[in-house]
Amino acid sequence: MNTKEVQRVGEVIEASTTEFVTQCYELYQLPPLGSLVKTRDQEVELYGIVYYAATTSIEPGRRPIARGKDEDSEEAIYRSNPQLLKLLRSEFSALVVGYKDEKLYHYLPPQPTRIHSFVYLCSPDEVKEFGKSFDFLNMLINAHLPVPIDELIAASLRQMSEVYEDRQAFLVAAGKELAILLSGEFNQLKAILGRIR
Amino acid sequence: MISQEGEQGQRLGMVVSGSLNKGVEVKLDSSASVEDMAVGRYVTIEGNKRRFFGMITDVSLGVTDQRLTLTPPDVSDPFIAEVLAGTATYGTLRVSPYLAIGGDVTSLIEGPQPVKTVPSHFSVVNLASDRDMELVFGKEDKERFWIGNPLDMETKLCLNLEEFVKRSNGIFGKSGTGKTFLTRMLLIGMLQKSTAVSLVFDMHSEYGWEGSSEQGRKVKALKQLFPSKVAVFTLDEENSRRRGVSTDFVVRIGYDEIEPEDIGLLRQLLNLTEPAVEAVYQLHRRFGKNWLQGALDLKDSEETGALLKELSIHESTFQNLRRGLATIRRLPFIESHAPTNAVRSILEHLDRGINVVLEFGRYRDITAYVLVSNMLARRIYAQYQERMERAMGEDTAKPTPLVITIEEAHKFLNPEVSSQTIFGTIAREMRKYNVTLLVIDQRPSGIDSEVMSQIGTKITCLLDNERDIDSVLAGVSGKSELKSVLAKLAAKQQALIFGHAVPMPVTFQPREYGSAESYKGFIFSEETSRQAEKDIEELWG
Repeated sequence: MNTKEVQRVGEVIEASTTEFVTQCYELYQLPPLGSLVKTRDQEVELYGIVYYAATTSIEPGRRPIARGKDEDSEEAIYRSNPQLLKLLRSEFSALVVGYKDEKLYHYLPPQPTRIHSFVYLCSPDEVKEFGKSFDFLNMLINAHLPVPIDELIAASLRQMSEVYEDRQAFLVAAGKELAILLSGEFNQLKAILGRIR
Repeated sequence: MISQEGEQGQRLGMVVSGSLNKGVEVKLDSSASVEDMAVGRYVTIEGNKRRFFGMITDVSLGVTDQRLTLTPPDVSDPFIAEVLAGTATYGTLRVSPYLAIGGDVTSLIEGPQPVKTVPSHFSVVNLASDRDMELVFGKEDKERFWIGNPLDMETKLCLNLEEFVKRSNGIFGKSGTGKTFLTRMLLIGMLQKSTAVSLVFDMHSEYGWEGSSEQGRKVKALKQLFPSKVAVFTLDEENSRRRGVSTDFVVRIGYDEIEPEDIGLLRQLLNLTEPAVEAVYQLHRRFGKNWLQGALDLKDSEETGALLKELSIHESTFQNLRRGLATIRRLPFIESHAPTNAVRSILEHLDRGINVVLEFGRYRDITAYVLVSNMLARRIYAQYQERMERAMGEDTAKPTPLVITIEEAHKFLNPEVSSQTIFGTIAREMRKYNVTLLVIDQRPSGIDSEVMSQIGTKITCLLDNERDIDSVLAGVSGKSELKSVLAKLAAKQQALIFGHAVPMPVTFQPREYGSAESYKGFIFSEETSRQAEKDIEELWG
């Protein structure tokens, strides 16, 4: 695979069976909510869906202080305080939704990835390949996450649909899968459908 | 209309539940719309080991979550509507499986067999393709006659007429639903494809020379299309001449040809009492063959009184009888001495393989119809019985199979008289003597259920009276399913056929009849088959 096309965004700083946390190389260079990212553990590629992102101080006990009172613009704050870029960090969490060794599986990999594995944004082709099956939706629905599941599902489908020429057909197919998965939960289904149309 | 994709019909959905008795339930795919479905349509179900043929008998709607019905979603949004269709909201079909064909070689040769089981869970259901229909109903050939097209399909629905005429058959439907057109077409079919000859009691003179459609358009009937194979007999020569019909024979009936049994049948119509009918037999014993003349000649004299006393006939009974007999005498085709013997002439024609249509002309009142048709049919049947028995005893050729077509059948076959009329006997004893009936009626509930149960193939157009529907479907398996199909037939040009001659019930649109093109179709197939016969003859010398 041509890695040049694939954008490297950061590396893993925390990893478990179900998710991995990535710190971005550049402050605020976060992938969008719901986007598909991947990381590599030797021969195995792990796929994750970004469900949470945060920018915080590198030291948990030290909170940033307001500095812009005499500055003209927000950019100026960063220009006057170049150390800020080093004192702050952006990180995001991704839910593991599948892996690929010889072929693509839409379920959890045998091992979590290693710390410092590089994390990439997936190329449109990879997104398309991954989106051939909607099995990941079931993993999303059943995940216990600090963010509202409906929002995450809607965001991931919106993100994925971007790479398809016939965006509507993809969303309808996904909607139908959701309608089956959420057959007893019409209100939740309605909420998600309202967010992806 | 749904397109047919080659050999396989369009996929509709899959089997989700069901039973052999009640039919299987099929959940529709989201790509198949309930609005495209129709009861009476054919489907195939691809089971693991067998292929099933069935008919859609009901269409219904379902939801996975009852809340959907309480707070309906905003379906004005096409996206929401599309997502929900086939998932949270879906259509189901009720399919009655009728036939199954196994996958191995022997069952392929045997062809479709009646079902004894249901397809397994999640078997795929397709709309039956033209090829499937052909597999079940056969192609148009020497014995099979194209009667129409299954609903919404291009396939030719063919009926094996050789098989059809082996049993008595019925054509039912409200008036104006196309019974006559259907009958005319079937008569042509029988004329072409079966060895049977027809005798038609044509009450409204519409099968012999020409009939008319409801729009008043004239349509050609048997004699015009097949002059060499059809003879038109008439009771009313003047009427036939006026209509420009070339008749072959004028039927006259002599007093001496009427037998006491004939009067028995007419008891209701002539308003006779039971003792009056009894009196007929006594008079017959007394006067012999000319009893009718004898009875009518009796004057109101003392001699008569003495005679009646001797025969122990009450005076009022005799008056009642005389009034009835006077009605018969008034029928213009009844003469004291008939110059010709109608029965013999009809039999001669039938023996030569010529179909006979008896027109009633102006005498279409029911008394004349019942009297004449019964009289003739009884004598013809007696002849057939005798010949058949002789043929069995002496191993000679059996008489040509005969199909007698009667209209307003409930007048002959109602429970009160069906035991007396010859038609009741024919219907019951059926094909033993090579005579069967083609019964045409708009009020099947009036027909004796015993007779009804002996009818082999039933073709029914729209019926809307509950009792009529029940009587037509009596004894048919899957009655309630067929009932829903029958009740939804269009008022015109749609019919349901089921019974002996068809492997499973079909709703069909009868073949077009009445245009120059259609006549050509009928005659053409006649000529080609004749040509083929000739070729074979030449080949084998």
